[in-house]
Amino acid sequence: MMTAQHALRAFLTLVLAGWVTASAVAEVAHPVIPKGKGERCVADTSVMRRNHMQLLKHQRDETMHNGIRTERFSLVGCMNCHAYVNSQPVSIKDERHFCNVCHQYAAVKIDCFECHASTPQPVSAAVAPEAHP
Amino acid sequence: MSEHQEQEMEGGLSRRQFVSAGAAVAVGAVLAPGVFLHSVAQARSPAEGASNYQRWGLLIDTNKCRTGCDDCVSACKKENGWGNEQVRDEQKVQWIRKVDLKEHHTGREVSLPMMCQHCAEPPCVDVCPTGASFKRADGIVLVDKHICIGCRYCMMACPYKARSFVHEDVIHGDAYMPRGKGTVESCTLCVHRVDKGQNPACVESCKEKAMTFGDLNDPKSEIAQRVSQYATRQIRADLKLNPGVRYEGI
Repeated sequence: MMTAQHALRAFLTLVLAGWVTASAVAEVAHPVIPKGKGERCVADTSVMRRNHMQLLKHQRDETMHNGIRTERFSLVGCMNCHAYVNSQPVSIKDERHFCNVCHQYAAVKIDCFECHASTPQPVSAAVAPEAHP
Repeated sequence: MSEHQEQEMEGGLSRRQFVSAGAAVAVGAVLAPGVFLHSVAQARSPAEGASNYQRWGLLIDTNKCRTGCDDCVSACKKENGWGNEQVRDEQKVQWIRKVDLKEHHTGREVSLPMMCQHCAEPPCVDVCPTGASFKRADGIVLVDKHICIGCRYCMMACPYKARSFVHEDVIHGDAYMPRGKGTVESCTLCVHRVDKGQNPACVESCKEKAMTFGDLNDPKSEIAQRVSQYATRQIRADLKLNPGVRYEGI
């Protein structure tokens, strides 16, 4: 049978555990996301946050297998707008890189840049950019 | 256009004139609203995918190709960013190479560039276990490096030794031709340039104008007219792979 003293000890342990957990979470700084170069993104921020990987993968297959080279969801297009910190181009090696900031926070490894360029690229004049909505 | 009409016109016009005059009409011929019999070969918008109306091909005139010249190889290296790998000679990457041939009986020597022959029936595609090696609708044979597992079956299957394996990390930089360690790669016919309506880098670089790039399905294109008029050869034609790359003068 639990005495009042036991109950108090259990209660205090729980409170303490909760406090320690809360403080540990608070210690991880929220990511500071660098602002893109353009006026606005190719889709709403909420859509991009949740779906950017599917959009990129879809575009990847369309370009690779079908030769569709629209710019809206192309990785080059992303980099040309987002791979800047304070108007200076940065590569994925920089921890302030747009992709790095969130991916490090969420501890999700990206392997795009083992092959692809992570810096802004000169856009050939021959490719007419598709108008963003 | 009926046979009767064709016979009538042949009196006044040569076959070539007739074809070019008729093509203007053919381009506009509409099967159903929005469906055309022929589309204009090179002007494709980025949103429009590769189609089997086209079959991209390359014709190499070995009579013009100079022994010792490797402008096409250098241009390919520059365009696609290969050739600087720090690897053993056996592992060197090779998208395109020059081959010198000599006929022993006559002593005649020829030089020619050798690369992926973009077969209509590519053995590399047959053997690929993941579907990474594939043929695009317009006949360009490619490796999807996203799904390539680096097994190298395709390298063994290719009778032209056209493919290479990336053994070490690559210093990347070109956004239009990403390369990665652990994957197989080969000539892409400069697909990123072709999609913009440009010629492959090797064709552009050839000072002797020994290489002709174009659409084999378009009867008006230079390449289609030349293969229909002159004797050209497929290398290893006995394998019945129907390569898109053809050679003249061998």
